Amino acid sequence: MDQSKIRNFCIIAHIDHGKSTLADRIIEQTGLLTSREMQAQVLDNMDLERERGITIKSQAVRTVYRAKNGEEYIFNLIDTPGHVDFNYEVSRSLAACDGAILVVDAAQGIEAQTLANVYLALDHDLDVFPVINKIDLPSAEPDRVAAEIEDVIGIEAQDAPRISAKMGIGIDEVLEQIVAKVPAPKGDPDAPLKALIFDSIYDSYKGVIVFCRLMDGRVRKGSSVKMMATGAVCEVVEVGTFGAGVFIPCEELSAGMVGYLTASIKNVRDTAVGDTVTDAEHPCKEALPGYKKVQSMVFCGVYPADGAKYPDLRDALEKLQLNDASLNYEPETSVALGFGFRCGFLGLLHLEVVQERLEREYNLDLVTTAPSVVYKVHKTDGTVIDLTNPTNLPDPSEIEYMEEPVVSAEIMVTKDFVGPIMELCQERRGRYISMEYMEETRALLKYELPLNEIIYDFFDALKSRSRGYASFDYDMKGYERSDLVKLDILINHEEVDALSFIVHAASAYERGRKMCEKLKEEIPRHLFEIPIQAAVGSKIIARETVKAMRKDVLAKCYGGDITRKKKLLEKQKEGKKRMRQIGNVEIPQKAFMSVLKLDES
Amino acid sequence: MNPSEQIGVYVHIPFCVRKCAYCDFLSFPADVKTQEDYVNALCKQIDATEEKRPVASVYIGGGTPSAIEPKWIDKILCKLHGDYRIDPDAEITIEVNPGTLGDSHFAVYKSAGINRLSIGLQSAHDDELHLLGRIHTYSDFLRTFQEARNAGFENINVDLMTALPGQDAGKLRHSLNCVTDLEPEHISAYSLILEEGTPFYAQRKDLDLPDEKKERALYYLMRDHLTAHGYTHYEISNFAKDGHESRHNCSYWTGQDYLGLGLGASSLLSNVRYRNETDLKSYLQDPCAREAEEVLGEKERMEEFMFLGLRMLRGIREQDFEHAFHKPVDSVYGKVIGKLFEQGLIRRENGRIFLTDSGIDYGNHVFSCFLL
Repeated sequence: MDQSKIRNFCIIAHIDHGKSTLADRIIEQTGLLTSREMQAQVLDNMDLERERGITIKSQAVRTVYRAKNGEEYIFNLIDTPGHVDFNYEVSRSLAACDGAILVVDAAQGIEAQTLANVYLALDHDLDVFPVINKIDLPSAEPDRVAAEIEDVIGIEAQDAPRISAKMGIGIDEVLEQIVAKVPAPKGDPDAPLKALIFDSIYDSYKGVIVFCRLMDGRVRKGSSVKMMATGAVCEVVEVGTFGAGVFIPCEELSAGMVGYLTASIKNVRDTAVGDTVTDAEHPCKEALPGYKKVQSMVFCGVYPADGAKYPDLRDALEKLQLNDASLNYEPETSVALGFGFRCGFLGLLHLEVVQERLEREYNLDLVTTAPSVVYKVHKTDGTVIDLTNPTNLPDPSEIEYMEEPVVSAEIMVTKDFVGPIMELCQERRGRYISMEYMEETRALLKYELPLNEIIYDFFDALKSRSRGYASFDYDMKGYERSDLVKLDILINHEEVDALSFIVHAASAYERGRKMCEKLKEEIPRHLFEIPIQAAVGSKIIARETVKAMRKDVLAKCYGGDITRKKKLLEKQKEGKKRMRQIGNVEIPQKAFMSVLKLDES
Repeated sequence: MNPSEQIGVYVHIPFCVRKCAYCDFLSFPADVKTQEDYVNALCKQIDATEEKRPVASVYIGGGTPSAIEPKWIDKILCKLHGDYRIDPDAEITIEVNPGTLGDSHFAVYKSAGINRLSIGLQSAHDDELHLLGRIHTYSDFLRTFQEARNAGFENINVDLMTALPGQDAGKLRHSLNCVTDLEPEHISAYSLILEEGTPFYAQRKDLDLPDEKKERALYYLMRDHLTAHGYTHYEISNFAKDGHESRHNCSYWTGQDYLGLGLGASSLLSNVRYRNETDLKSYLQDPCAREAEEVLGEKERMEEFMFLGLRMLRGIREQDFEHAFHKPVDSVYGKVIGKLFEQGLIRRENGRIFLTDSGIDYGNHVFSCFLL
């Protein structure tokens, strides 16, 4: 394989700037597929991805481009997820590329994720060239955006293709620039095998399919390979390249190529993203840099609504995990909810995606508890525990102090909304770091924020307070000591463990009060009055009451009344809310997520 | 349709002297000519309605059936006897208002075959009667009751109301005493319900209405008084001496078919419920027009079986449910029944499911639980 005719690249962009559409056009115009075969977005083949308009798992596609110089080039387009939850996966995808196309919206210009992704690409020594998309929009200002790219990012943008991926304008130029500006790979095909795993999926027939970029060496069917970080050794069953949505087997993969291999591996855990594949007998000297074990950032309890479905939930999680190495779970029990699992996620979006897949693909009815970050509890005996479930917080007398995770956040916002966004960051206990104006109208705010202040509804709050004009990106910074308390909720004088959460001492009263109010709305009237209390330790800090149901009976119901009276009863009927019995109180399942909605007016 | 199954016939007389302040029934004052036209239209409807099943009960309600000339009642009953198979021992009831009765009323009713009277009293206090907008006094009622007995009526219902504005235990007890002293065979005692569109509803803020607790206290007082005086509490608002339960009304609660005749009357025939025309003018032109026709599927029939059946204190018989729907009641309502039982709202004994005292208080909650 002539490496000089290979171009390995990715497309990076802020969400909604048109990455997937451009990918579709590139695939379409390189002639791999006829227009008829094109689905709206070829790369996003999970239903869920399409509905949410985001790319969850990175994937790759290989196409053949006949350039204007008459030569044929192999394009390997590696798609990257756009969401901050999946930052690590983005970084591994980038590491598999030699260049990147930076897509910037001609109307919106540079956004927080644009910057974050560009920096990430530059960190990986990729050659980045910009493309200005959506020039068909009435509000497009390509000249201004080109200038902004040069000013803010410092890369040449005057000859950036000005395109509309949606309308198919300017795609030819993008293709030519890929040939001209993305460097060809320069690996040594005769060196020991050294390949980067940038993704892997589980297929029930083939086992795990490893997506990799070969840096050096070759791999073919029958090769014995080793995953350097996990240590798994296996024999290769098949190698091949990526069609659009199909796997095309081939004889051999060699340095510079992007492709897949299968080796009857049963769990994606053995093929961790970022790991290096090498020859088992003639291993390379050292692994590729940058491998990290995936860390769960957000945890929550996941319980079957019907306790009898616990084994089904376990099976579903097992299967999901085959496909999603970043999902962690371990069994736990709750007094309120019975048997379930404490699950770890990359972030809130990841949590929601998993929850939806469990409900949709596995037809499970779930109760999920409020998400929590991982707190470090330093105990008086000198030990430190990672607390993922608020219920497990040791007795205050045993706690020396607690630490919570803090992130470095970058928020890009137009001038008019700087005030409200700063206010929001202050409310969320943010520590102001800096503010710089990128251009006259837009500022880049840097804050340090506790992770537990942003996992709930920070995105929503950011959007609503900036009327959609703010964008946001963050990186884990580390742990900081903090004054934290556990807020307990008592319903009808019984503590409901699944409703407890950790909160900063200063906001305990406010949160407790709102939580009680929210639960009051959620819990239907019973035959008796139900007190809802919030407590820190043994101190009650807030209380609401769900009044008892009204005594009410239709005095009259004869032949002519039935239809009308039935309608009246229909109104009174409690909707088909899914309920959970706690003591003698029935609580709607969604009440367990109430803490997420405390800031709704 | 089972041809031997009995049905009930309801005849609606939509006229009254004056509309009461709480009344949301289809009724209004009308002149004699209109009344006569109406009776003729009603007879036309009877002629046009084919019904071969035996009639176990006839109920002439309103409005105020006694507000029209008794001979017209006679005419309607003659028509019914001519066209339908009315059982010789059928229960034939007419509602009467003490303020509307002339000398001949009871004699005509008696000869027309009427064997049960339902007298609207509501209260033994004239101030309450006035407030309600009734057109009679307590003494009018007393006279009517005596005349009815004298005319040989041995099955009489008296209507009473609880939860009236300003009503306290003493006033209710007095009304109850007045009525039980007369020993009617049947007493219907309704808690006042404010129906939208009535004058009471419009004035509800100014009325001294009892709160939930007081309303229930008055209900318990009424129930305890009547049961202590030998009346069986057989439906939420109905009490009877042994063997005098209203057969006609029971047919509504047990899901039997009924045929409604007259303006706006409802029928349930072979799982189809419909209402007659509700506009008088249109009814006079075409007395057979129907509106709001509704086919009751299994779901609706099960719902009604439960929530109507539970109105009766003896409740529903599980075997009847199984017979009607070919499945055990638990296969549909097992969870609901379990929950209501735990809450102490229903009991389950000897193959029957029925409301507890507390279940009556929360009747609407219980009923709504049986909606599928």
